[in-house]
Amino acid sequence: MAVKTLFNYDAYASAPEKKYALYMMMLGFAALALGTFFGPFQAMNYGGLDLYPLLKPVFQNYYQGLTLHGVLNAIVFTQLFAQTIMVYLPARELGLRPNMTLAWVSFWMALGGLLLAAVPLLLNEASVLYTFYAPLKAHWAFYLGAAIFVLSSYVSIYLVLEMWARWRRANPGKITPLATFMAVTFWLMWFLASLGLVVEALFLIAWSFGLVAGVDPLLMRTLFWYTGHPIVYFWLLPAYTLAYVTLPKLAGGKLVSDPLARLVFILFLLFSVPVGFHHQFADPGIAPYWKMIHTILTMMVAVPSLITAFTIAASLEIAGRANGGKGLLGWIGVLPWNNPTVLAFLLGFLAFIPGGAGGIVNASFNLNQNVHNTVWIPGHFHLQVGTLVTMAAMGTAFWLIPHLTGKPLVARGMAVASQWLWFLGMFIMTFALHWMGFLYAIPRRAHISGSPIAMEAYKESAAWMVLNIVSGVILFIAALLFFYVIFATALQNRREPVKVLAEVPFTEVMSKPEGSGLAQLTERVWFWFGIAVVLVVLAYGPVLFQMFTNMNPVPGQRLW
Amino acid sequence: MEHQEHIIERYERAWIFFGLAMITVFIILVGYLMLTKGNTNPVGVGRIDATKVRTEGEFANPRVEQVGNEYVAYVQAFAFGYLPSEMRFKVGRKVTFYVTSPDVQHSFHVHHTNINVQVIPGEIAKVSYTFTKPGEYPIICNEYCGIGHANMISKLIVEP
Repeated sequence: MAVKTLFNYDAYASAPEKKYALYMMMLGFAALALGTFFGPFQAMNYGGLDLYPLLKPVFQNYYQGLTLHGVLNAIVFTQLFAQTIMVYLPARELGLRPNMTLAWVSFWMALGGLLLAAVPLLLNEASVLYTFYAPLKAHWAFYLGAAIFVLSSYVSIYLVLEMWARWRRANPGKITPLATFMAVTFWLMWFLASLGLVVEALFLIAWSFGLVAGVDPLLMRTLFWYTGHPIVYFWLLPAYTLAYVTLPKLAGGKLVSDPLARLVFILFLLFSVPVGFHHQFADPGIAPYWKMIHTILTMMVAVPSLITAFTIAASLEIAGRANGGKGLLGWIGVLPWNNPTVLAFLLGFLAFIPGGAGGIVNASFNLNQNVHNTVWIPGHFHLQVGTLVTMAAMGTAFWLIPHLTGKPLVARGMAVASQWLWFLGMFIMTFALHWMGFLYAIPRRAHISGSPIAMEAYKESAAWMVLNIVSGVILFIAALLFFYVIFATALQNRREPVKVLAEVPFTEVMSKPEGSGLAQLTERVWFWFGIAVVLVVLAYGPVLFQMFTNMNPVPGQRLW
Repeated sequence: MEHQEHIIERYERAWIFFGLAMITVFIILVGYLMLTKGNTNPVGVGRIDATKVRTEGEFANPRVEQVGNEYVAYVQAFAFGYLPSEMRFKVGRKVTFYVTSPDVQHSFHVHHTNINVQVIPGEIAKVSYTFTKPGEYPIICNEYCGIGHANMISKLIVEP
């Protein structure tokens, strides 16, 4: 019986939110592991090497694998990581516990929705890619499962707003602590941003149940991209939050400016959403001047990222100089490159620079014509979400799993190696994809290795294709190392609380929010949310009104 | 530390100013170029019943028509190909393409040009272009449209 008692020992009895955060994050990494498994198959495809026949009879074709890759990595993993970080950090910072019943409701909704959507995905009944453009029509379980999964994030919104309200009642007149401020603005942005997807899901569910005969493909696209661009900030901002509130401390320095970090998040709240037409520059049915308005707003959303680049670099410089770095660039070499978390962020931000420059190209109405829907685009977002966002999550897992479980990180050397290899593999792959898209107009999401016609048409890019094969091998090894490290860490029996971070490594700041006019201004979060709503209504209202009142439904097709 | 903070703030302001200036220049350049050279952006010129594209109206007879010194082409992008299956134009003459789809979304991307149209069932897209060099131009579908998507490649020929 003594053994049984020992077995039932609950390491989380005093901190149930740790168990919630752990489960949420590990579910996300499990999804990422399956989604990432298909990545090298995609890379090989663009190297002209068709490995998909090896997966039969379990997986039917390239597009099924690509759908799993996109849905699991870009929708499932990213949201679960946000639901981990952007709930756990404010809870720790405020010293408050979220409503645990609802926290578990959000976990079970996410898991239930995921499992429901997984059935048609795994049976090749929903190979519509993660954009699920109508009139390609998936099984109803895919739309319903995805909707339940996304709605679980609304519970997270409530959890954070409720903690924030509780804190404000207890601390009237005080400025919200930074990580909490970031979480609040982040969740409000997501609420506004997610509405497009929620409305689209209503149409698609009704359609897949046979309640309506068709849906308007242009309206569905427009609703998708209403959410589909801001969703990239939904992916990115947890990484930025960790970079602002933990990275300076982990690197041995301080955050240079707290008020400027708040400004960044307010700018994201304002400009993340009214930008979706820059994914629809090539669409008929949206007037050019609306596209130009969204070009301008998209350019504006580059500003908070430019500020972030400065603030993070300056904070790292302070860390490097504190470590004894001298001269103009001497501070870089003395940063703790052997710390796998710091390494992951440093390499991730390095990749983010060319990624951001490419993003400006995509957002430019005129230049976009040359790259729209070519492999330039996956080249671009694998630098952003595939490198910085994913590496920030991987790097954070290296301290967060030990912190949550009391289990020390295993195989630290493998953790470091996984990050170097991931960065190297992504850099080679994205470099090749950019040029293949721009120079040879090679389309994205195309099973070219299975098509002699395509291989003949694109034969001039053979040299670039080789780079994709190289990157696929490197990334496969990187993924094996990473997933070994985190699952071996989480599943071991050894708990050694003295060897792990007892607290979240919240950083100190140089310029504090107290007495700052800027911090006072940004503290009026609901006012800024109101402005964001107005911007969305102005940038989308007339177009959406016209589309909703003139629908042109088209029946569904299954062509895979 | 106080001193250091002020130095950082100065650089911070300069950087934000630089960022805003850069964005402003980009916006002006994009706007200017779209107004003066932006005529390859596809525009919607009407809607159509996607289920009747193959049987009724202009697109039921996909073709290239010569109208005076110019060309007009009615193009169907379907799963998985294009009609007419081959198009020929004389160099230096303006071509206006009307493109639609009878089934799912496709695209009409003419390599070596700025023509890159999202083809949406129910929508008629119009785009004009003047080819200045003779030769073969691949037409590529760059929107996922089903199992045969990668095969959806055609060409047009510009004659001297």
